[in-house]
Amino acid sequence: MAAGNEVTATYYIQHHLQNLTFGRHPENGWSFAHSSAEASEMGFWAIHVDTMGWSIAMGLLFIWLFRKAGRMATTGVPGGLQNAVEMVIEFIEGLVRSAFHGKNPIIAPLALTLFVWILLMNTLKIIPVDYFPQLFARLGVEYMKIVPTTDVNATLGMALGVFCLIIYYSLKVKGVGGFAKELSLTPFNHWLLIPFNLLLEVIGLLVKPFSLAMRLFGNMFAGEVIFILIALLPFWAIWLLDVPWAIFHILVVTLQAFIFTVLTVVYLSAAHEHH
Amino acid sequence: MNINMTLIGQTIAFAIFVWFCIKYVWPPISTALHERQKRIADGLDAASRASRDLELAQEQAAQTLRESKEQASQILEQANKRSAQIVEEAREQARAEGERLVAGARAEIDQEINRAKEELRAQVASLAIVGAERVLEASIDEQAHRKLLDKLAAEL
Repeated sequence: MAAGNEVTATYYIQHHLQNLTFGRHPENGWSFAHSSAEASEMGFWAIHVDTMGWSIAMGLLFIWLFRKAGRMATTGVPGGLQNAVEMVIEFIEGLVRSAFHGKNPIIAPLALTLFVWILLMNTLKIIPVDYFPQLFARLGVEYMKIVPTTDVNATLGMALGVFCLIIYYSLKVKGVGGFAKELSLTPFNHWLLIPFNLLLEVIGLLVKPFSLAMRLFGNMFAGEVIFILIALLPFWAIWLLDVPWAIFHILVVTLQAFIFTVLTVVYLSAAHEHH
Repeated sequence: MNINMTLIGQTIAFAIFVWFCIKYVWPPISTALHERQKRIADGLDAASRASRDLELAQEQAAQTLRESKEQASQILEQANKRSAQIVEEAREQARAEGERLVAGARAEIDQEINRAKEELRAQVASLAIVGAERVLEASIDEQAHRKLLDKLAAEL
């Protein structure tokens, strides 16, 4: 391996892991970042356009598909799409019924949305890593990272949404007093231990969205890195590793979507429980 | 960012992956979907069959009800007819019996009348003789006039 080759490899990896960033650059003002360095210089005031675009596209795809199935729904024998959609809905319904012990009509649709949306976003990973970056490079777009769940912003965003729901339902079901009591008097029911309990419970609470986001992001990002590394092999050898890894990702993609959904339901179920 | 053989390599890998999915991933999913479809179709079939059966049973029940109503009315009619007949017969019998009784009474009366006549007839002769004796103050040869008087009595 020549040194130049290594540089290209590093460049290749970095390029593939760089989101298309639009933000306020200290020098260039509001613009697209032309390098990783520029993107990081933008700091907080930047947005990953590709992540936003692809996640919204997948969300719309989900809405479109399920709405189509819903509009065509018959009470007779369901056709292909309706049958598949019904199967997914039944699966989620069973999941919510077994994991959620409160009474809330929001939970099942929420779980369905999370599951299908994350599944669709994760599935983008199966598409060969060079297809869309190359295509968009032809169109003059420098960076294109198509899997939104490999961007911590997307997963943390979803997890924060879930966190808001946890707080909202905790307050709604238990009341401010009840929630405060739960935070301060568990696990040790003694007034002397209130600070300790509070520390423990608040950390426990804050860890929930963080672990949700990190689990999904970590799995997807690591998988993506491996795909990119495999793409660096000689072209005739790529399939040797790429195919098993992709097959393995059929499992990972579904499993991560499932875990995110299950944990969300479990967290919300805990938020609905009285002590 | 330039196109090179990597893209070809990825395409080969992708093609193999898609082939794998078609060959090994899709069939079980497809089978599950078809099974579900079949289960629903069977369920709907069974339901429609059941509703058809119900309809049939209802029809049959209505039919049976109609028939039994008809039968009941028939039986009622027969009973009415029979009762009328019985009444008629009884009336006939009563009439016959009455007539018989009347006839018997009448016969008896006739018999009585005849007997009374006989008795009268028997007595009339002697009464007539007594009467005549009284009238004639003389005895009449009973022997001689018996025949005449008997003839007279017979004429009564």
